[in-house]
Amino acid sequence: MNNYLKPATMMLLLFTLITGVVYPALVTALAQTLFSGQANGSLLKNQQGQLIGSELIGQHFSEAKYFWGRPSATAPYPYNASASSGSNLAPSNPALVDAVSSRIQALKALDPNNTAPVPVDLITASGSGLDPHISIAAAEYQIKRIAKIRQIDETKLHEWLNAAIEDRQWGVFGEPRLNVLKLNLALDQAGHFENER
Amino acid sequence: MTAPAFLQIAIYLITLLVLAKPLGIYMARVYQDQSVGLNRCLAGFEKLLYRLSGIEANQEMRWSQYALAMLSFNLVGLLAVYGLQRFQDLLPLNPQALSAISPDSALNTAISFVTNTNWQAYSGETTMSYLTQMLGLTVQNFVSAASGMAVLVALIRSFVRRNSIGIGNFWVDMTRSILYILLPLSLLLAVVLVGQGVVQSLKPYQTVSLQQSLSHSSSNQPDDNLQVVQQTLALGPAASQIAIKQLGTNGGGFFNVNSAHPFENPTPLSNFLEMLAILLIPASLCYSFGVMVGDTRQGWVILGAMTLVLVALIFVTVSAEQNDNPTLTALGVDQIASAQQAGGNMEGKETRFGIVNSALWAVVTTAASNGSVNAMHDSFTPIGGMVPMWLMQLGEVIFGGVGSGLYGMIVFAMVAVFIAGLMIGRTPEYLGKKIEAYEIKMAAMIILIPPFMVLGGTAITLMLDVGKAAIFNPGAHGFSEVLYAYSSAGNNNGSAFGGLSANTPFYNLMLGIAMLFSRYWLMIPVLAIAGSLASKKIVPVGAGTLPTHTPLFAVLLIITVLMVGALTFVPALALGPIVEHLQMISQHSLTGSL
Repeated sequence: MNNYLKPATMMLLLFTLITGVVYPALVTALAQTLFSGQANGSLLKNQQGQLIGSELIGQHFSEAKYFWGRPSATAPYPYNASASSGSNLAPSNPALVDAVSSRIQALKALDPNNTAPVPVDLITASGSGLDPHISIAAAEYQIKRIAKIRQIDETKLHEWLNAAIEDRQWGVFGEPRLNVLKLNLALDQAGHFENER
Repeated sequence: MTAPAFLQIAIYLITLLVLAKPLGIYMARVYQDQSVGLNRCLAGFEKLLYRLSGIEANQEMRWSQYALAMLSFNLVGLLAVYGLQRFQDLLPLNPQALSAISPDSALNTAISFVTNTNWQAYSGETTMSYLTQMLGLTVQNFVSAASGMAVLVALIRSFVRRNSIGIGNFWVDMTRSILYILLPLSLLLAVVLVGQGVVQSLKPYQTVSLQQSLSHSSSNQPDDNLQVVQQTLALGPAASQIAIKQLGTNGGGFFNVNSAHPFENPTPLSNFLEMLAILLIPASLCYSFGVMVGDTRQGWVILGAMTLVLVALIFVTVSAEQNDNPTLTALGVDQIASAQQAGGNMEGKETRFGIVNSALWAVVTTAASNGSVNAMHDSFTPIGGMVPMWLMQLGEVIFGGVGSGLYGMIVFAMVAVFIAGLMIGRTPEYLGKKIEAYEIKMAAMIILIPPFMVLGGTAITLMLDVGKAAIFNPGAHGFSEVLYAYSSAGNNNGSAFGGLSANTPFYNLMLGIAMLFSRYWLMIPVLAIAGSLASKKIVPVGAGTLPTHTPLFAVLLIITVLMVGALTFVPALALGPIVEHLQMISQHSLTGSL
């Protein structure tokens, strides 16, 4: 048996060094040199240099003046980026119907005049609980509400939104989408929509 | 289905098939000890590894010696991963001060990563220290994949050799798989993924301030509202592990939600590359097989058969997920695909991937025994969730794991020639070797063990309260959660219907046993077949030989795989996803008539 266990142990030690130490260290070195922004979490800073989020990780928005993102199923509170999670609710689960109904009610409560059907991504939880994006339909559904509260011209807001769309990558891959945190940061930036009225 | 859906599926399949040939040729050269450029720079290093380990590289192994070498290497690996988890609180590179892992969970994870399953009862970012992820899990991602590739190469070799007792040297096959194939590809993919936004850092988790603070009540003090003003972003050496997790058909996520996590799979391009990496080596190995047995048509037939089944199931799943959920339609939800939204069943899916890339990934990851996910399979429609389950139940031979998928498929090919041989009354032959009672007995074992694990495990679990307590979704779907778990563990896939609370001693042990048996109880008979075939002479092609390089044989092969899979699992599937689907349809006609 020693004929096997000795080479097995040595081989494991050597490959632990190669694939468990040298390889990740090499990738880390290359990553930190070539793409240091991305390697450290694609962080966003404000003018004061304070870290205000990651471009890739969504945040929770429930105030009427903000675009809302995807519902998040992370615990114990939504968009907990240190414990990613989906809801795992099956389409046949009555709890899913209840959750969706209450989300629709919350949206309608802020904007009772909006009778359009609600885009599905705005009332279903994302897989990660950290989805930074919503669909174009989900953003457009919220335009009237935000224009009214922020007293911005609706057409202007619409044009601005269109310019912010992230298209399919290389024109082919994925889905067109909007980054909720980036939209809301821009909305809050003083003077962005001044002289509107 | 929409035009962008067709386009993305077509680009994926074409890229995969175009890359299969060059990489297939390259790998065949690696295993046949021919010059490949890389081995000119690394040959000295390779020899050094053998010398340090006391290995005679030219020493041929009998099949039993090959199996013992593979088993002892895997056993040592299992102990190392177990130990690292049990003592991670005392070890360095644990910036979040995560505690040691319980014995049952650590054992389950160790088995899971050594067997190339990567079933994860734990949640990455709240459980595993950076050190455990690197030294334990990343290492097993490489060596478990290489173990599978080595066993495949030994089997292929046995077709070419005549009157030989040796089937190669495990250490050499394993080392070459890592040094010349897995490591360079992973390095390349990891760096590209970081460019797309996958994190790679050894720093502690990063705290940032929230734009809108939120309050929530904790469960112990429901009246106390806690104010949350910051977000803590989980980081870590993720890219290096994600690259090999995809390339080695391992599938174990760095973070809890695997490749749905924006730091693990940030863009549609990273998604495309990760998805390509899942099937790249299994597809290319088919071509290597053709090259090594001296007839590339043999490789194409197998690759063709796998691709046909894959394409059919991709369309089933994408259509199923694109359908609207009738109960949500009744609530006034817009689920129709348009230029403005992906529509369809978006619960558990990410906006950037939409329906097409989530459904395509689900099929690809379960066709291969990868098991990484970019959407929550538990929230899929009944039919959309049944396809991944069935792909695993077919025995992970539609591409399958690196090495293990193709050796499984070659075993099915032997069964196919055996069935054909019975029909025409001749001794069956495959690639010039007579397939006799011994080979068919071993093949039967290989084909029967996984269903036994899956159906037996599900049955036992559902009879016990401790098993049923873990179920999350009610009704037929709850049954599917348990069936999915055993289909995944019993075929070394690793994906899950994640609602199931499987991190309990009962599930950790049961699923651990399923993973162990379905890995090694398949590998050992495969090596036994290799030993037997290598010792036989090569019979020349005669009038009674069934040609195995024709489309007709591809069809025969598909029928054999599907018949075994269908006959074994349709009754179980009828109790889960099929019932759930019928219930959903009846709901549909109900709301339609109102």
